Amino acid sequence: MTEIRVHKEEAVYVYEAPVRIWHWVQVFAIFALGVTGYLIGSPPPSLGGEASDWFLFGWIRYIHFVSAWIVIVGFVFRLYWAFVGNPHAREIFLPPVWRASFWGGVWHEILWYAMVAKEPRKYTGHNPLAVITMHVMYVWGIVFMIVTGLALYGEGTGMGSWQYEWFSSWVIPLFGQSQDVHTWHHLGMWVIVCFVIVHIYVAVREDIMSRQSIISSMISGWRLFKDDRPVDRD
Amino acid sequence: MAQRIETFYEVMRRQGITRRSFLKYCSLAAGALGLSPAFAPKIAEAMENKPRIPVLWLHGLECTCCSESFIRSAHPLAKDVILSMISLDFDNVIMASAGEQALAIIEETIEKYDGNFLLAVEGNAPLGEEGMYCISGGKPFVDELTRVSQHARAIISWGSCASWGCVQAARPNPTRATPTHKLPGIADKPIIKVPGCPPIAEVMTSVITYMVTFDRLPELDNQGRPKMFYSQRIHDKCYRRGHFDAGQFVESFDDEGARKGYCLYKVGCKGPTTYNACSTIKWNGGLSFPIEAGHPCIGCSEDGFWDKGGFYDRLTGIKGFGIDANADQIGATAAGIVAGAAAIHAGVSVVKRIASKGDDA
Repeated sequence: MTEIRVHKEEAVYVYEAPVRIWHWVQVFAIFALGVTGYLIGSPPPSLGGEASDWFLFGWIRYIHFVSAWIVIVGFVFRLYWAFVGNPHAREIFLPPVWRASFWGGVWHEILWYAMVAKEPRKYTGHNPLAVITMHVMYVWGIVFMIVTGLALYGEGTGMGSWQYEWFSSWVIPLFGQSQDVHTWHHLGMWVIVCFVIVHIYVAVREDIMSRQSIISSMISGWRLFKDDRPVDRD
Repeated sequence: MAQRIETFYEVMRRQGITRRSFLKYCSLAAGALGLSPAFAPKIAEAMENKPRIPVLWLHGLECTCCSESFIRSAHPLAKDVILSMISLDFDNVIMASAGEQALAIIEETIEKYDGNFLLAVEGNAPLGEEGMYCISGGKPFVDELTRVSQHARAIISWGSCASWGCVQAARPNPTRATPTHKLPGIADKPIIKVPGCPPIAEVMTSVITYMVTFDRLPELDNQGRPKMFYSQRIHDKCYRRGHFDAGQFVESFDDEGARKGYCLYKVGCKGPTTYNACSTIKWNGGLSFPIEAGHPCIGCSEDGFWDKGGFYDRLTGIKGFGIDANADQIGATAAGIVAGAAAIHAGVSVVKRIASKGDDA
């Protein structure tokens, strides 16, 4: 067995309560959106009887819309928190892409995942590869889903509604026609699904193999370190 | 000098239509345009005093389904529109004269009413081989269309061909058929798109009625379609919408659901993505429309409706993956690859970890 070296358990408060609550609310809302969104594209088997007996598809769409509003309000709030929260709250919104050291960090993480680098670097916040992945796939992914989603929602609320005037009126011609917006929105869901798979996998892997806690940090807010050597970057 | 043109009212009276019938017609026109009854006298006043608008109706690459639809208008009757409201000076397919005699009318109209006539375009112009795929009067249609457009007051793009391109512009579009608003050299004039394959007869005649009555263009949406007919989807006013919300769908065309008139969503109905007035105005004098006849909407008034995969598929076909695939096939494949990669990566990580621990020991 590997000897467990004695070390100080230093802990840093990284994820403030609003960020944590936002994260877990997102988890449930996005899960609901994915399931109901898939069913909107591929409806469950037909029900029999009279139309007045059921409101199944209506409920599926209703859950989709309610969850979407939760994500939208949550995203706006999260954007606000990026300004007023601690520096870690800004990480995924503003990756320092102009800094060479950032890209050096990304490259080192790639080597770590390619199992070339023997040891990962130690980070208080997200590692650079995580930052860039969350920024591109999650932040822009969710912005894309919100914009196309509101454009499709505006089709239902109709001309004259703010959803239609602010979103549908320019998004639909931009993509060609309504059907194309549906298709891109649908593909966007699969991008989010791919992100979720990677996100969960690396969170578990990092929790086990990296030098700091990952999963429990998003629950308690505290980052714990497995060694007391200095951090490479906050 | 332009000769005085008869007003609508004069023409109607000359045809033996009584004033009472004329006023009834004005009320009907107001109703068809979604205006309050108070507008009927305004329509009557306009028709009594305004000269008829000359219209040139040109045909490019098309199938004449727009004209076929137009002459079947019941409210108002196409004959009323043609004979009383507008002065349809040129229309290849329904005019009596032919050849040079007919073509001379185009020149005459341009000369007499320069900047004051309406140009209606049915079909579109191909740009391939310098427009040689569509010859009209011995010359490429694209040249005739762009030339006449310079003298028109406004352009009406009849049908999906003129509005979006339709079947002749479908992939791979060998003749480079191009809708009116995208033609290089088309005059900078207002273009009113009246898409549909064909458009609904009453929509066509009502658009013209509106323009001659109020002497202005109907309000258009961002894509240039009259809001009064294209502001809602088929789905929004579909009489089968109740079955959609309930989750009752036709699964195949011979099942119980089809007999009971359930929603056609799962057999590819494009009603939810199609802006048109079929579910309210309907067809053939309000008799029926495709969904009422048990067939899904194919979305014929939408841009590029030929290139979105099968008419009977719910999900759009996406090109560029060798064979046609839909969003779910592409997405599930991508997610499968990502999940597989993650699993392999996890396996290798575990093996490396165990191996490295072995080294330590």
